[in-house]
Amino acid sequence: MVTLSCADLSTREVNNALRALPDGEKVILTDPRGRHNLAVGLTNRLDVTIEGNAGYFIGGLSDGPDITIEGFVGWSVGENLMSGTVRVRGSASQSAGSSAHGGMIVVEGDASLRAGISLKGGTVAIAGDVGPMCAFMAQAGTVLIGGNAGDGLGDSLYEAVIYVAGEVGALGADAQIEELTEDDVATVQRVISIAGFDHITAGDVTRVASARTLYHFDTANSSAY
Amino acid sequence: MCGIVGLLLRDPALRPQLGAMITPMLDALGSRGPDSTGIGMYSEGGAGRVRLSVHRCGPEVAWEEVAVELAARLGDGAEAEVAGRGDSALITWTGELDVAVSAVQAMAPRVRLIGFGHVVEVVKDVGGAAEVCRKYDITSRHGYLAIGHTRMATESAVTAAHSHPFVTAPDLCLVHNGSFSNHASVRRRLEAQGVSFDSDNDSEVAARLIASHLAQGDDVEQALRWMAKDLDGFYTVVVTTPDYLAILRDPFSCKPAVVAETEEYVAIGSEYRALAGLPGIETARVFEPAPQEIYSWSR
Repeated sequence: MVTLSCADLSTREVNNALRALPDGEKVILTDPRGRHNLAVGLTNRLDVTIEGNAGYFIGGLSDGPDITIEGFVGWSVGENLMSGTVRVRGSASQSAGSSAHGGMIVVEGDASLRAGISLKGGTVAIAGDVGPMCAFMAQAGTVLIGGNAGDGLGDSLYEAVIYVAGEVGALGADAQIEELTEDDVATVQRVISIAGFDHITAGDVTRVASARTLYHFDTANSSAY
Repeated sequence: MCGIVGLLLRDPALRPQLGAMITPMLDALGSRGPDSTGIGMYSEGGAGRVRLSVHRCGPEVAWEEVAVELAARLGDGAEAEVAGRGDSALITWTGELDVAVSAVQAMAPRVRLIGFGHVVEVVKDVGGAAEVCRKYDITSRHGYLAIGHTRMATESAVTAAHSHPFVTAPDLCLVHNGSFSNHASVRRRLEAQGVSFDSDNDSEVAARLIASHLAQGDDVEQALRWMAKDLDGFYTVVVTTPDYLAILRDPFSCKPAVVAETEEYVAIGSEYRALAGLPGIETARVFEPAPQEIYSWSR
């Protein structure tokens, strides 16, 4: 077990110290006090716990670690995550899990606007509600919303799929509600079990996916953009 | 970028610490705005005297000479006190506010008016938060309400006049994080109505627009709604009056804001970092204002 204090170390020192640790190491980061860019770009399989509220881009660009934030986070938690997990015990601000290629971002509270924006294959699981424009232009991957979704859900979606346990606000352009398949239920069940959400029933969610009418620009559709 | 802070002290026991509380809040957001820093601080006890905050163009302007010239301009025997600190000074005077404002405005550009009213003192200068707070000894200031800004200039020049907060009506301060895209056309419209500007800064347009609506009888909340209707762009704005603190974000929440509320205070910061050192933050109600919703607190 390694303990690193954000009060004593610069962000760069914290991240360099984390990168130097061997796979399997457990690390505690203390005194984050809203610091940005903690535990970013890690390619080792660490178990990192951030003890407190953190700032922007926590765990971003990482490929392998399991990161837990014992508090809330600012913008873009787990941005461009490649693999591993980033778990937020509290709520997340805007753009949670943006552009994540792989791995899973779990938010145990709510997430603000644009969660899962431009998702590229990762999984974003939010226990509570999400704000407007969730999964905007998401290309691949899965978004699970345990609560209600704000307006503009799935605007300009590509092949990412959104599952909503609560109520769906107004759908975004080219997003549509589709019938839930057995594969969907299995996918949601898998996400629920990894995320540890016990308030969602896999077969009782709404599937939102792309109607695929805006994939290629067509002047006939210009009013829909 | 840019960083904004607001702090309303509900617990009178905290008032001696207003400056000591707002300084680390500004410092935490220093990296969001290294170009200039400004603070508006509200305190009582002025015994009805008007307060004018001024900034001089350089050290060649001696505050003693400013005091002599001002006394001559005011000319009724009631002596104006000029308390200079660095390049800023607080002028207090027993008399009519608009008379004092006109007298100080006539001394431009050697001395520029940056704040006026009865309870607010404004300090703003080029430089980062740590430097400006040290230069003007902000940590020692008392009061019940503060508003502050760390500026990363994108729309106009880096000078004290272009810095926030903008005071456009007595004791009214505005700070803005973001940019307005149609500020030039709104400025032209206001100028046609007789409004004059201190700078070509886009945020000053928002502050003038709000002041013009207040002059027409609207309250701050109504004025903020007009601002949201007329000005297009990205913004988090915070507005303070002697008994009021309000915040409004643009429809897409492009610019950040976090609020912490306790029995003792209401604190606003662009980021949680600004609030992390406040007493009792662990148990405060911390939330992000929703887009286009006006949140306000009264004394």
